[in-house]
Amino acid sequence: VKRREFLKRTSKATALAAVCGGTGWFFHDRQWFNYQPAVRSRHDFQVDADSRWPALTLTRREDHLAALHDALDNIGSIKRFVRPGEKVAIKPNVGWDRTPAQAANTSPVLIGEMVRLCLAAGAAKVVITDLSCNETRRCFLRSGIKEAAEKAGAEVILPTEEDFVVTDLGGKMLNKWPVLRPFLDADRLINIPIVKQHSLSSCTIGMKNFYGTLGGRRNQLHQEIDQSIVDLATFFRPTLTVIDATRVLMRGGPQGGSLDDVKIENTVLCATDQVAADARAAEFLGLEAIRVGHIMLAEKAGLGVVDYRAAGYKEDI
Amino acid sequence: MSIRTVRNLRRLSQVLFFLIFCWLILKTNFEVNVDSDALSEITLPYPVSIALQFDPLVALATLLANGTLFKGLLWSLVILIPTIFIGRFFCGWVCPLGSVNHWISEIKSERISFRGKHRIESNRYKKYQRIKYYIFFFVIAAALLGTLQTGLLDPLPLVARSIGTFLLPTMDVAAQTALDWVKSFGIGPVSRTAQAVYDPVASLLLNFRPVHFHGILTIAFLFVAILVLNRVFTRFWCRGICPLGAMLGVFSRFAIFGLQKDEKTCDHCNLCLQSCQGADNPDVGSTWRQPECHLCLNCQAACPQGSLNFRFFPKTEGTKENPAPTQKIDISKRKAVASIVGGAALFPLLRSGDAFAENSNDRLIRPPGAVAEDDFLARCIRCGQCMRVCPNNALHPTLLESGFEGLWTPILIPRIGYCEPTCTLCGQVCPTGAILELTLAQKVGDRETPPNRIGTAFIDRGRCLPWAMATRCIVCEEWCPTSPKSVYLKEEVITDRNGHELTVQRPYIDPNVCTGCGACEYACPVVDKPAVYVTSVGESRSPENQILLRRKTASRTTREIAHEN
Repeated sequence: VKRREFLKRTSKATALAAVCGGTGWFFHDRQWFNYQPAVRSRHDFQVDADSRWPALTLTRREDHLAALHDALDNIGSIKRFVRPGEKVAIKPNVGWDRTPAQAANTSPVLIGEMVRLCLAAGAAKVVITDLSCNETRRCFLRSGIKEAAEKAGAEVILPTEEDFVVTDLGGKMLNKWPVLRPFLDADRLINIPIVKQHSLSSCTIGMKNFYGTLGGRRNQLHQEIDQSIVDLATFFRPTLTVIDATRVLMRGGPQGGSLDDVKIENTVLCATDQVAADARAAEFLGLEAIRVGHIMLAEKAGLGVVDYRAAGYKEDI
Repeated sequence: MSIRTVRNLRRLSQVLFFLIFCWLILKTNFEVNVDSDALSEITLPYPVSIALQFDPLVALATLLANGTLFKGLLWSLVILIPTIFIGRFFCGWVCPLGSVNHWISEIKSERISFRGKHRIESNRYKKYQRIKYYIFFFVIAAALLGTLQTGLLDPLPLVARSIGTFLLPTMDVAAQTALDWVKSFGIGPVSRTAQAVYDPVASLLLNFRPVHFHGILTIAFLFVAILVLNRVFTRFWCRGICPLGAMLGVFSRFAIFGLQKDEKTCDHCNLCLQSCQGADNPDVGSTWRQPECHLCLNCQAACPQGSLNFRFFPKTEGTKENPAPTQKIDISKRKAVASIVGGAALFPLLRSGDAFAENSNDRLIRPPGAVAEDDFLARCIRCGQCMRVCPNNALHPTLLESGFEGLWTPILIPRIGYCEPTCTLCGQVCPTGAILELTLAQKVGDRETPPNRIGTAFIDRGRCLPWAMATRCIVCEEWCPTSPKSVYLKEEVITDRNGHELTVQRPYIDPNVCTGCGACEYACPVVDKPAVYVTSVGESRSPENQILLRRKTASRTTREIAHEN
């Protein structure tokens, strides 16, 4: 063999052997593989308490936009909650394939207006998403929320599997669950639920609305519904809760369907205290908050005050 | 050292590695003495799956399928790196299936094709030998996307699976049948002699108790077909099908060791072709094919002229009478691409079916410590070691329980055997981490650690004796091994059809305690279709396949356990 050929052939074989050996060593797993612990992060989107403003406002107007504006102004206006450059996530209730009149989903008028207000206050971006119970696309279209929100300039995300990130909620009943990423990435969170009757939790208003942030086997949460709601509300402390009580679903909730079950109230509530907000809104359904398990449990967990008058309440009818 | 000595060394090596391989599988067995004083964990005295970890195809395929090289699989470099330098020595010197094929092929045959001129012709390189490369590219591309199908045809898992699940159990039944037959004559001395022969054979080869496996006929069919085909084409499997042989062929591309032929001394007697194992054209006048050669050295030993020599840096130039050797595999680029595309398409095809997640089998109970199903299917090489080692005969090869994708992967069939609470042997023998090795605390749980669950038991009140037939029973409660028992009883006074009052204890399952071990189903006296049965729901490995929120919150997935270890 010539020296040249010897070197050439040996180096080729050695190079391949080195690649194999190196690859093996690089990927050699003495223990296990790419396990990543869930992200633990408590999301507190709240603004600082300010004694100049009540914790809960309520306005009744035939004109729903005016109702929203006045309720918001009474609690400190949008500028108190959204600062220029911030990313805002809005959590509507888009649970069902129902029209706005059927009162299963948040009013698209309120959602659109809220987006406009946030952007006018200088928000860098407004994101709207929800994991619907019925097929997502149909829910977002039929509820009118996709159109209203996009027209107002928001980014509407119809969740797919990639939009979830397994998160340790750190709750008593909820630990690791897939959570919609936009709600983790945002600087501000505005919860805009609708008031509906619910056979297991009596009512679904603000805190229960956070169910829509979760993926996975959500139907299991019903086994411990009160604690689950409180765990979620503890994890997500929203900047602002805006309750759509323009139409209230009195029976057949949370899906509704019959207009006979809808009661027109023409009312909008704004709150920095989500427990007070739910407590007041439950009255539309003829419920006393002290009889609603998850609202009482939330107060016990220190999330807010059930006696909303004591918390600071301004009514404008 | 003369070439004949080296050939004898090869023969010795084949026998030795074959025996080691068989011995390891025989030792994949629960035969340890349990120290009754200390509650120690039962471990096997030998690393019984080590042979499988030397398999480069297992290493490559699992690496592609799940991104890491699990524990002992680094051993495979011991085979792969020498192959890069000298070629497929593994096929000719080590592989147990290769050796068996070799021996069966060499038995004298009445077939004309196995004699004289025909045999020489049949030992020349043939186009069908490309098939193995297509198979190799196909399964590798499939592995890259996440479905591991190499184990179906990879010789080491194939032999381990075949010996463990069908050969040994079949021998068991055969030996028992023969013994009973001889004894049936009732002649004292004959019976005693038969027993005297049976006992040592049984203690050496047979399981400590008879085992019965699900779906072994398909496994047996493939294995027997491979062996029988040797009688039609010499080493058909090794030459044409084996994906491991193909892989080693691909990796001998730059080998510096090979056959050098001397056309000056060769008298074209063709004795080299008579004994060639790989059909790699060792004769002067044809192109020698390095990727096909098993390095058995038969050609060199057979050559009366000394014209054939294996050596480092053989000549690479050819002449008209003696063409140069090639190190390239004989496969067209188009077909290689086609096999890769086909293999890549396999994953989406399999997963678009309903068997994986949408409509997964409720009775698909995986071994304790098994990882989540998608990881599992990217790791399990179907070697059957877990089934072989299971002391209760609880683990079986699947047929279609987990779809075509999971053929021959392990499934627990509680009616045949339940999962022994204190046993972690299946995780200990798994060579690829498809079943995680659990500590005793992780298996049964203790104050801090929740137990590993493989499913949940349910009671069929329409079949249960105290529920449906006014009859006392409670066998399930008796057998339940958890503490406290998952099966609890409520006393109830009932009346039978004649109006007589009767007190029965009716069983209930506490799903917060149940681990799905299946002891209740195993023991249930309603023989054909048990009145208590286990389904996979609640298994620790899956965050999705759960019923109870409380239990889900309290348990940890197999991955999390792995992270702690």
